[in-house]
Amino acid sequence: MSAASSTTRLSAPGLLRHAVLLATAALVLIPFVWMVSLSIKPPGEIFRTGFSFWPHQFYGFENYAKAMTEAPLPRYMLNGVIVCTLIVLLQILVCAPAAYALAKLDFPGRGLLFGMVLVALILPHEVLALPLFVLGYKLGILNTYAALIFPYVVSPFGIFLFRQFFKTIPDDVVHAARLDGLNELAIVWKVMLPMAVPAIIAFAIFSVVSHWNSLFWPLIAVRDQALMPPPLGIMAFRNEEAGNDYGPLMAAATIVVAPLVIAFLAAQTWFVEGMTGGAVK
Amino acid sequence: MSISLSAITKSFGKNSVLKEISLDIADGEFLTLLGPSGCGKSTLLRILAGLELQSSGTVSIGGRTVDGVRPKRRDVAMVFQSYALYPHMTVAENMALPLRMRGLNAWQRLPLVGRLLPGTRIAKRQIEEEVRRTADALSIGPLLDRKPGQLSGGQRQRVALGRAMVRQPTVFLMDEPLSNLDAKLRVQMRAEIKELHSRLGVTFVYVTHDQSEAMTLSNRVAVMLDGELLQVAPPHEIYADPDDRRVAEFIGSPKINMLAGTVRERGRIDAAGTTLSAVLDMPVGTLVAVGIRPEAFHLTHHAGAGSFAGTVRLVEHMGSDLFVHLDVRGQGEPLIARLLAERAPHVTIGQTLHLAADLDRVLLFDEAGRRIRTTREGRGASVARLREMA
Ligand SMILES: Nc1ncnc2c1ncn2[C@@H]1O[C@H](COP(=O)(O)OP(=O)(O)O)[C@@H](O)[C@H]1O
Ligand SMILES: [Mg+2]
Repeated sequence: MSAASSTTRLSAPGLLRHAVLLATAALVLIPFVWMVSLSIKPPGEIFRTGFSFWPHQFYGFENYAKAMTEAPLPRYMLNGVIVCTLIVLLQILVCAPAAYALAKLDFPGRGLLFGMVLVALILPHEVLALPLFVLGYKLGILNTYAALIFPYVVSPFGIFLFRQFFKTIPDDVVHAARLDGLNELAIVWKVMLPMAVPAIIAFAIFSVVSHWNSLFWPLIAVRDQALMPPPLGIMAFRNEEAGNDYGPLMAAATIVVAPLVIAFLAAQTWFVEGMTGGAVK
Repeated sequence: MSISLSAITKSFGKNSVLKEISLDIADGEFLTLLGPSGCGKSTLLRILAGLELQSSGTVSIGGRTVDGVRPKRRDVAMVFQSYALYPHMTVAENMALPLRMRGLNAWQRLPLVGRLLPGTRIAKRQIEEEVRRTADALSIGPLLDRKPGQLSGGQRQRVALGRAMVRQPTVFLMDEPLSNLDAKLRVQMRAEIKELHSRLGVTFVYVTHDQSEAMTLSNRVAVMLDGELLQVAPPHEIYADPDDRRVAEFIGSPKINMLAGTVRERGRIDAAGTTLSAVLDMPVGTLVAVGIRPEAFHLTHHAGAGSFAGTVRLVEHMGSDLFVHLDVRGQGEPLIARLLAERAPHVTIGQTLHLAADLDRVLLFDEAGRRIRTTREGRGASVARLREMA
């Protein structure tokens, strides 16, 4: 241990700070730990008073097998992958040019438009559920992948994040690109986006996490089980097949969140860089 | 290509940055825009390149009006102060981009499809060769596979030059290209840019706030201040024969001595406790500014009319020259004289000195700062006078 860390250990404010951080981390982590713990316990142990992480009788294999076979979990996961991938790609396709215009082009009404993006940023998506449902109905896309994807294609957060990042790129780079013969869209794809990789990764993680986990809109938009994304699928699974069989249910939930946790840990540094903005020049 | 700017103005909101700039630049000329930071040089250059639109006025390049013509179609290349290289591309890709955008069509530029189209391979090979040739000319051949982040400042500067050169534009615009380099490299690159200009023979418009760059590089210097062009002339003329007090004060180091003077009678001006003779037609009592460059002073032995008496405050030895700072009664700032070291060997602080000004090199300005030209002028007369005195 270094001298620095031993001095922090001695000081009271440092101690307090670490205690608070540890408590917060524990609060956030406990449900997940519990979920994993339940997913490897037999039904009899789940409702036993007193808590231990490891079960007396390891029941994990049975629970995970049941989760994978009795519910169409692979199908839900595939739906999640399809929907999330398309959402992210379309979002970048739409947000990058919009953000470029807001960051680098001079046109009347730019401030107003950016203000509207900010307003949209603080508006919860649930508020739009009813109008979107009606719109989806009129367009006849309810109960299709399109219904799960379209409402998210224009992301105020994406526009905001990219705009902030593009602002940090010097105007001269844009000028050089124009002189080199790139048109405005080519500047977005060939110059701005490649320079904004940390922001893209941060945004992609943010977007995938929230849409992978989203329950509210899919609940409204699709009824066909073959289209359901993972959380909605799990809910349906609980109602129809598992009843109160919490072991397999928790196993399914663990399987569903695992890819996200792994992806986040893998891309952690980029994520932090993109959020703090413009660290890479 | 020749360039012609006529009555260019530019405002950002209420802030008027360029005021009626008119300027003609000859084909193959090296013209420098010189002025302090914030005077609008970069803005003017961007207007020339088509990156910014002027509020009014006309730009023509090669006799063709280019207002509303996009930067790409103006056939100008620009080197930026910050270099503005693409950090995610290698040096070779940076330099090839302007050629790819011009030499290949949109389909040919696609990664896989492009290779199958007729002509792509040949065009690509030509681009590669062109890039290599330019890189070799700038001695950055070995760096072609590196990214800009892995290069030193001087190397980035060369890549930026290379990217501009590679497509053989007819006009080069350079916005303070050397200001991010250290002093030694700056002098070296200055020579290379000069060499580049004589080799390519195309028009260069060069922006700088550094007068030594402007003086050494240019055919003509355009001095800019607060969005106005004060004078456009060859370097020696800007220095020796400025049209405006602000030009005289901006050019030259140490700065020109400015004395407050009053016309006493025809041909005589009172300034800093002495009387100078000058042939000029101005009513008695007119206030003038008398500008005397440090090297226009020489030591004299007799006090009296035409010589400035003062106490030496500071002596700076510069090798062959001495800078002598002289406190003169009634004059706020000390006079600075540049004397030949061999002619003034024993100058010490606190000593009383008499300085005479070479009258032919005295510059007079009226109250608005405009130059008052006297009838007695020209080098020949001045040399004759010096002989007389010796
Ligand atoms: N895009 C812009 N918007 C508002 N003001 C600007 C803009 N570009 C330049 N200016 C202003 O114009 C003036 C001249 O700028 P610039 O041409 O960059 O000067 P220089 O290159 O001589 O240092 C400065 O006062 C600057 O603040
Ligand atoms: Mg500038």
